[in-house]
Amino acid sequence: MTESLWVYLAASPLLWLTATMVAFVIADTISKRCHRHPLAHPVVLATALLVPILLVTGTSYETYFNGAQFVHFLLGPAIVALAIPLYENRLVVGKALLPIGAALLVGSVVASSSAVVLGWMMGAPFKILVALAPKSVTAGIAMGIARELGGEPSLAATFVLATGIFGGMILLPLMKALNMDDRATGFAAGLASHGLGTAVAFQLTPLAGTFAGIAMGLNGLMTALIVPVLIRFFS
Amino acid sequence: MQPMILSFTALLLCQLAGEIIARAAHIPVPGPVLGFALLFVALLVRDRISPDATPIGETAFGGFSKMLLGSLSLLFIPAGVGIVSNFAVFRDYGLAVAVALIGSTVLTLVLTALVFRALAPKHDAPQSPAP
Repeated sequence: MTESLWVYLAASPLLWLTATMVAFVIADTISKRCHRHPLAHPVVLATALLVPILLVTGTSYETYFNGAQFVHFLLGPAIVALAIPLYENRLVVGKALLPIGAALLVGSVVASSSAVVLGWMMGAPFKILVALAPKSVTAGIAMGIARELGGEPSLAATFVLATGIFGGMILLPLMKALNMDDRATGFAAGLASHGLGTAVAFQLTPLAGTFAGIAMGLNGLMTALIVPVLIRFFS
Repeated sequence: MQPMILSFTALLLCQLAGEIIARAAHIPVPGPVLGFALLFVALLVRDRISPDATPIGETAFGGFSKMLLGSLSLLFIPAGVGIVSNFAVFRDYGLAVAVALIGSTVLTLVLTALVFRALAPKHDAPQSPAP
């Protein structure tokens, strides 16, 4: 009786959609308690809750994703929505067009090419290089780029998350050592480590956070244009 | 009509338009990214046509978009859990991945900030402490 109920539930989208939501609610609560420390990011905590459950119950990622895809799908519209904050900051962008344009171009090329070249020098195969290339942009865009070029979207998402956590951790000490102002710090944070870096920049000052948000949005677009060209040299 | 439904429909239409353009023109850019660029241009055009329109942040569409962006973390979880199907990658190439991610992130942060500072107008930059 209970076994047949489990068999039914374990295969239904409802169970894994609900599990995803519950895991997020728990993870977000803990993250708030930890004052949004990069290591206690809700995605990391929720993943750490869900992965053991999948392994213990012998549930495949495909079965899980069958339910979780309803949440996953909203990433597309959310990326489109990034145009709103970018538009609202258009005057700030207009005033700093030169540093923003140049730092965007240099940063975007360095972010993608250095990851691919380092991975390649360390002997990583093409499948991993494709997932490494968009590691500095927000997960939804990175997954789209990886999928577009024949890579594994979930691997790209994992690399994005790791980059965000690491970038968020070293941002303030590194920028302090270089004696950077808030705008340069924020712009580098958003460009190199997307939303997680942006969150840390906002903790510094709202000005740093605004520049981080601008960099995150622009780099998503720039990286989507650069990576298809870059990756051709390694295939 | 519920403003939320209209807002969601508008975002989906931008994404669909981006998807169609990407496929039709063989641009290897994800559809949502082109949709994001299209929406940004559309907002600039709206500015030009009716400069006195309600600021987008105060409209139902702006509110809905920001709500969606505020929930970004939730939306990443299904992808994050994908690590279960990639354990082998970390077993076989863990060191290569670590070197690439750490090295590239440090390099990107430093170079981006240096270029930005070198070209930013000096006068309105926050003052560093006097020597």
